[in-house]
Amino acid sequence: MQYLVSVIDDTPNSATSDEAADINAFNDGLRADGHWVFAGGLGAPRTATVVDGRGAEAMFIDGPFVETKEWLSGFWIIEAADLDVALKLAAAGSKACNRRVEVRPFL
Amino acid sequence: MSPVDVGEVISRAHHEEWARVVAILNRHFGDLDVAEEAAAEAFATAVERWPADGVPPNPGGWLTTTARRKALDRIRRENKRDDKHKQAQMMYDDVPRDSVGAVDDERLRLIFTCCHPALAPEARVALTLRMVGGLTVPEIARAFLAQEATMRQRITRAKAKIKAARIPYRVPSADDLPGRVSGVLAVLFLVFNEGYLASGPDTDPVRHDLTAEAIRLARLLRELMPEDGEVAGLLALMLLTEARRAARVTGNGELVTLDKQDRGAWDAALIAEGHRLVRERLATGQAPGRYQILAAINAVHTSARDARDTDWSQIVALYDQLVRLDPSPIVALNRAVAIAEIDGPDVALAIVDRLQGELVDYHAYFAARADILRRLGRIEESRAAYGRAIALAGNTAETAYLTRRRDQLG
Repeated sequence: MQYLVSVIDDTPNSATSDEAADINAFNDGLRADGHWVFAGGLGAPRTATVVDGRGAEAMFIDGPFVETKEWLSGFWIIEAADLDVALKLAAAGSKACNRRVEVRPFL
Repeated sequence: MSPVDVGEVISRAHHEEWARVVAILNRHFGDLDVAEEAAAEAFATAVERWPADGVPPNPGGWLTTTARRKALDRIRRENKRDDKHKQAQMMYDDVPRDSVGAVDDERLRLIFTCCHPALAPEARVALTLRMVGGLTVPEIARAFLAQEATMRQRITRAKAKIKAARIPYRVPSADDLPGRVSGVLAVLFLVFNEGYLASGPDTDPVRHDLTAEAIRLARLLRELMPEDGEVAGLLALMLLTEARRAARVTGNGELVTLDKQDRGAWDAALIAEGHRLVRERLATGQAPGRYQILAAINAVHTSARDARDTDWSQIVALYDQLVRLDPSPIVALNRAVAIAEIDGPDVALAIVDRLQGELVDYHAYFAARADILRRLGRIEESRAAYGRAIALAGNTAETAYLTRRRDQLG
């Protein structure tokens, strides 16, 4: 069972080096215990481009598709037996990156 | 067996076997939706067949077997196009029926799943009452002062989340247990209250099965967590409340308020057990939680041989302590009722007046208000408040009591 753990942020480029070190240590733990699938940090919402390729010619629009006070600044995809395991890992991840996270199951 | 008797047997089987059937099916099929629906179908089949065919020698076994067959039928129907799935699901059918002891644990597992912290608090209670308590959606809606459609949706969403997010079906590990218990206690208290003040025009005023079930599960939790003060507190609270059951409703099915109860009819053994638990918690010197305070309030009431001997100042002091932990309007209302005994009905009315906005749908609010107004000699206002209370009350014994009180106003 895989879960997406999204990191919720409200200040661009606010990650500190302490947080980065904690995140690395947390990631090492995920790998060692077989929970690691993938993870990454994302650029700020203003670096986003919305693409609409449904028409004859693709359209490119600068900026996020919706302006919000909070956004996704990174994520983990973890492997966990059930939600209890996923929630425990997410709590540790939230502590490591010093931000709230959201856990959602993959279908 | 007459149709009436069969009806009683079915209703008893429903109270005794529902949670067990749902729990066993949920474990075998890994799907609460399937378990609930199949259990409901099995009971509907019993209603159809038992009056004609007779009651089977082992109703619980019959219901489990029938429910399992219904679940398999549903899975076969749904998986017609997908043979691989079908094979996988069918394997569950080989799991043998558990012994009685293991089944009891099965129900505890079901409780922890229904009370999982990833579910919204109101969904936990609703789901537990449906899956473990076997209450219908309208009964649950009434217990929560909520709309039926809202409640149905709440339960459906909770089941969908359990399945999609894979909320596990197990008793939490020792580390997680304390945190997970308070949610379970909130749920058990509601189950108890639904039994204690049963709803529905054709329902017995007290559903002993539900109060007994809540007490049984609270005892089970206490065995699991003997050090948890709130588990002990809730159990004591339930025991001290249950102890008064026989004195609480007349032969005509009318509620008897605490001050008018025949205290000789109280269950002395339950009271002694409740008092022992309260004393045990006091002796630890740890700060009590809300259930321990509520239990202490009930211990004060049940310590008085005569209603006139009640130590109201201690009761008010305990309510003051409770208000600090739980500033809900219902606690404030109960505190006001105690205040009336010490400072008089006029002081109590001033407090009650301020709560009206939040308790406008709560029958006990108007019942308390009606009694205070009566004591103040404000008869017409009291009559109107009794009217509101009667219209809102779902419990037949309460309705009978409130109606008599209103008619006695003259």
